[in-house]
Amino acid sequence: MTDPASPAPVGEEADLPPKPASNKERMLIERVAMPEQPGEVRAHNFGEVNTGLTYQLAMLEAERCIQCPKPFCVDGCPVRVDIPRFIKFLRDGEIAQAAESLLSDNALPCVTGRVCPQETQCEQVCIRVKKGNPVAIGYLERYVADWAQANLDQLPKADPAKTGKKVGIVGSGPAGLTAAGELVKVGHDVTVFEAFHAPGGVLIFGIPEFRLPKDIVQAEVDRLKSEGVKLELDAIIGRTYTIPELREEFDALFLAVGAGLPVFMNVPGENYKGVYSANEYLTRVNLMGAWSPDSSTPILHGQRVAVVGGGNVAMDAVRTARRLGAQEATIVYRRSANELPARAEEVHHAKDEGVQFEFLVAPTEVLADENRWVTGLRCVRMELGEPDASGRRRPKPIPGSEFMIDCDLVVVAIGTRANPLLTGSAPELRVNEWGYLITDEYGMTSLPGVFAGGDIVRGAATVILAMGDGKRSAAAIDSWLRGAWPPPPEANAKKPEKEAAVAAG
Amino acid sequence: MHPIIEREQLSPNVVRLVVEAPRIAKVRRPGQFVIVRRGPGAERIPLTIADNDAEAGTITLMIQAIGASTTELTNLQVGDAIQDVAGPLGSETHLLASGHAVCVGGGVGTAVLLPIVRALAQAGVHVTSVIGGRSKEWVILERELREVGDVVTCTDDGSYGRHGFVTEALKDLLDAGGVDAVYAIGPVPMMKAVSAMTQPYGVPTTVSLNAIMVDGTGMCGGCRVTIDGETKYACVDGPEFDGHKVNFQELADRLTTYRPFEQQALDRLGACATTEVKS
Repeated sequence: MTDPASPAPVGEEADLPPKPASNKERMLIERVAMPEQPGEVRAHNFGEVNTGLTYQLAMLEAERCIQCPKPFCVDGCPVRVDIPRFIKFLRDGEIAQAAESLLSDNALPCVTGRVCPQETQCEQVCIRVKKGNPVAIGYLERYVADWAQANLDQLPKADPAKTGKKVGIVGSGPAGLTAAGELVKVGHDVTVFEAFHAPGGVLIFGIPEFRLPKDIVQAEVDRLKSEGVKLELDAIIGRTYTIPELREEFDALFLAVGAGLPVFMNVPGENYKGVYSANEYLTRVNLMGAWSPDSSTPILHGQRVAVVGGGNVAMDAVRTARRLGAQEATIVYRRSANELPARAEEVHHAKDEGVQFEFLVAPTEVLADENRWVTGLRCVRMELGEPDASGRRRPKPIPGSEFMIDCDLVVVAIGTRANPLLTGSAPELRVNEWGYLITDEYGMTSLPGVFAGGDIVRGAATVILAMGDGKRSAAAIDSWLRGAWPPPPEANAKKPEKEAAVAAG
Repeated sequence: MHPIIEREQLSPNVVRLVVEAPRIAKVRRPGQFVIVRRGPGAERIPLTIADNDAEAGTITLMIQAIGASTTELTNLQVGDAIQDVAGPLGSETHLLASGHAVCVGGGVGTAVLLPIVRALAQAGVHVTSVIGGRSKEWVILERELREVGDVVTCTDDGSYGRHGFVTEALKDLLDAGGVDAVYAIGPVPMMKAVSAMTQPYGVPTTVSLNAIMVDGTGMCGGCRVTIDGETKYACVDGPEFDGHKVNFQELADRLTTYRPFEQQALDRLGACATTEVKS
């Protein structure tokens, strides 16, 4: 974790440049760069890549915000953080108020400050984009959130009047935790059920340590627990408890179990030793700690690793492979660089770390030696044809272009599907043809009082979209519990956008 | 935390633990398993639930010390606790409704078989259990099985019961006729041999596959097995499958994935044990 800054570190105030007198002067300040570990160093460790802004950099960047009266950035944020407000507090040296403001809008700011694709959300619509670079909103969010985490005692303790209503939340990923934070804040009695032995969902098993340190996730969860959120681990809904049982015990439910079923390529040889789903590879490394030699959970250390897919999960897997000692770590993606669904920053980081890219290539078979250990991927080159349903040009194989990629480990990161474990145990829950839960405009499923959000509704998407669902559903659940149904229209609500699937497609 | 209420050494490397897990004890069905994690940093280990006592709030686990993690579990004593017990997982056993079932158990597989034998007997099915081991001390749970049906014991060295493999005893039963179903649980080569043997007789055969797992909920896909040419997940689609459709070769092979790692871990554990004795 980054060294938490204080609002005004002793002796450092003098180091700050004079405050800009006008917006004109503000417009002259260049966007700060995020300090990071050098590529060749970090490719061999699991420490955080971005090391966080210093106090000086944060104060400088905060001055770049011109405090638009009608800020577009707020509309660009799926959880509608009042961005200019927290930045203004920061700029004025009121960091505790900045933290309070941020936390009142966003239950997991340390997480979003690290993993949100700001460049396609708040920062994309920042007014400054017209004349250069946007305000580094994500960097500032992280700075304030990290300060808050290290200085919780300086934040006011909320003590809402208890409503006596019980809400059960299934899944402790970004959607579930966000909903939990919102609901406990308004006085409901909240219990979160988690199938794994540790809370956080994809934040803990999926996103690697070097992008989102696990102690940060744990600290966010601890903060929610200190606010009164209860957590039941090792509870698999659909097995340990059923939906009807939970409906009896709770006044409302929020189902946020994610899209946990891995998709494989469906090519010959996929069950050879040395082929992992990205889910398994990342879970072993992240949740089970197999990145450390002390872990009792094993992981195969490939020397030449091929990761199939082009989304954020593929980038996480390939960068993990480098850190586990792979000499060659290659992304195999069936479209071109322009179609990569991964965040630009992740692709850039991967390149810096020596990751190679095979674009317009699709595997057709996994090859193995006589002991059934992986030796390579038989591939075919692709070309882009007409756009498909996703709007991206459909790749098609070039006849006679078959070739081999030598590798000893293959990680398949081409997306996930709905896990039928929960939905299959409650047939009354309506699902669509892909197994995702069907919800109404308020996020309620076909069962009254049972709401759902995140990937189990929208299919594989991002942390922040799941959090947006959690926040909206929490508001709807609150209305439901207070008998104000349907909920009043939100003053400035904005329909959630369906983001392009993270999967390679 | 899940305290250990009872511990019994069944054979040189199989231990029976009765563990507090009230919720699982209440809802588990025969054939289901739990994922156990001893404590911080430990592996997640799938273990079949051998028995439950809903009233006492306990489940019974039979653990065979194979690798470092299972060895550590078998070393736990009454009063110790297991941090995580998640479940019940997997689908329940598809039980024969009436007739004669032969239940074949090898090694710790016999322990996994016990709840199935009990459930069959309770449903009024005539059960013949065929259990085996290397020698007398490796034959487990004979008394419990005999309480609910017939038992044929076999030892590889002839030190107890019938001399030879369980498959030979099974063949005699199949030749005698009147066998409506076979349930076989044990090492992969044993389940493979049993399935091959029952096929020409056309007797439906259920096997329980001990694939490598992490989460046990269908999320990692590590436990994928090929059934009738199709990939299935042992954790949610199984763990029990039609033995005549299982690709045993692939299963046996995938189970060797971490063998070098497992050996290292065992060596480390051995080193630790030695150190402790010295101090």
